[in-house]
Amino acid sequence: MAEVHTHEADDHDSAYAGLLVNDAHWAFGTDFEDPLAGVDTTVPEGVDAQELAAYCLQLGDDALILSQRLSEWCSRAPDLEEDIALANIALDLLGQARLLLARAAAADPSLVPALPEGSPVPPEDALAFFRSDREFRNVCLVELPNGDFAETICRVLVFSTYRLALFQRLTAHPDAVLRAVAVKGLKELAYHRDFAGRWFLTLARGTEESRRRLEAALAQVWAYRHELGDDQDAEVVLEQVLATSGVAAPGVRPVSTVGGHTEHLSRLLAEMQVVARAHPMGLW
Amino acid sequence: MEQARAVAASVVDPELPMLTLHDLGVLREVALDDDGAVVVAITPTYSGCPAMATMRDDLVRTLRDAGFGDARVRVTLDPAWTTDWITPEGRAALTEAGISPPGPAPRREESVTLQLAPTRRSVRCPRCGADDVALTSEFGSTACKAMYRCRACLEPFDHVKEI
Repeated sequence: MAEVHTHEADDHDSAYAGLLVNDAHWAFGTDFEDPLAGVDTTVPEGVDAQELAAYCLQLGDDALILSQRLSEWCSRAPDLEEDIALANIALDLLGQARLLLARAAAADPSLVPALPEGSPVPPEDALAFFRSDREFRNVCLVELPNGDFAETICRVLVFSTYRLALFQRLTAHPDAVLRAVAVKGLKELAYHRDFAGRWFLTLARGTEESRRRLEAALAQVWAYRHELGDDQDAEVVLEQVLATSGVAAPGVRPVSTVGGHTEHLSRLLAEMQVVARAHPMGLW
Repeated sequence: MEQARAVAASVVDPELPMLTLHDLGVLREVALDDDGAVVVAITPTYSGCPAMATMRDDLVRTLRDAGFGDARVRVTLDPAWTTDWITPEGRAALTEAGISPPGPAPRREESVTLQLAPTRRSVRCPRCGADDVALTSEFGSTACKAMYRCRACLEPFDHVKEI
């Protein structure tokens, strides 16, 4: 960021004076380096690099899109604590997405969209910001609009329960990078799920209105549950939450998601990608 | 080699500057490669921790200033970081700074078991030492902290979550 000159007299008038002079003091710096720098990304023998990359892309896209959706709650949640909680969960998922997209790019560089020569955009950003909606591999569940707080809670509950069960199995994956991402992600997903589970219980036992809205929200999310696959471990946990809350599993038909995505993904991507696409040579 | 280790161990965390990277348990190894360059291995705390790049830059810069021009930082993801790696000195420094240090991390099987009741921890107020405290939020100013309030001295404080 360029240096901003301020008159000395202005310094007392503006709380922002001085903030822009030198941004090196920002805790996070401004450089976003390769999240896998220094990690051995050799694909192990017996693992198909393209299959591994496609799989990591799918897992990374799920995390990226849900992270983007959850971050829409920032400054809009029912209270400050939930605002911060949802932002924290979004940040964890964004971290998982970065690692997984970087892993996908390292395993199969042909997946990464071509950018103008000399572009400083790292491969995981190229995957996030320069692919079109049809190239995203996420489940429809994560791209649907947030809805009300109950819908958000139901989605986080169902998504993190299935992802946690999957990551538990991935801790035995032959690829060391994916294995490490899974081990790390497990701990995060466990408290995302607990957070959503507790709110589920609170809304179920709250008022008639909160209960009504929770049940309606669950029915919405339930219709997309098939996208996450059959998973006995996840189903057991969800049954436990439903039983504790006294909420019946919704009897809804699965929504057909054949053909990829809903229109909501295009709109989400338009917002998420617009700045990066306008400046493919930009340094952030 | 010992000197390089001491220099690397003295670098502080960008978000918790009362802790060195050694105290935080992020610094896993300091070694020399075949060319005699210092190679530091660090492990991220959280997947999305935005402080990693700063840690890496701070390490390289501090080592360079101390005469180790060829320093490199390597990330090791496995085994995953746990709060159990925070040293006793680090725990004391956190308390001194008004942040409650983490208790023992849950074992892996425990940590993935569904917990619908509020997290129970044995937490003491870092200011007055009282154990009569209330959880305000599981999520705090950074990914690694929860927010508490002391019922005795009424001060709010951060608690580093066990992971």
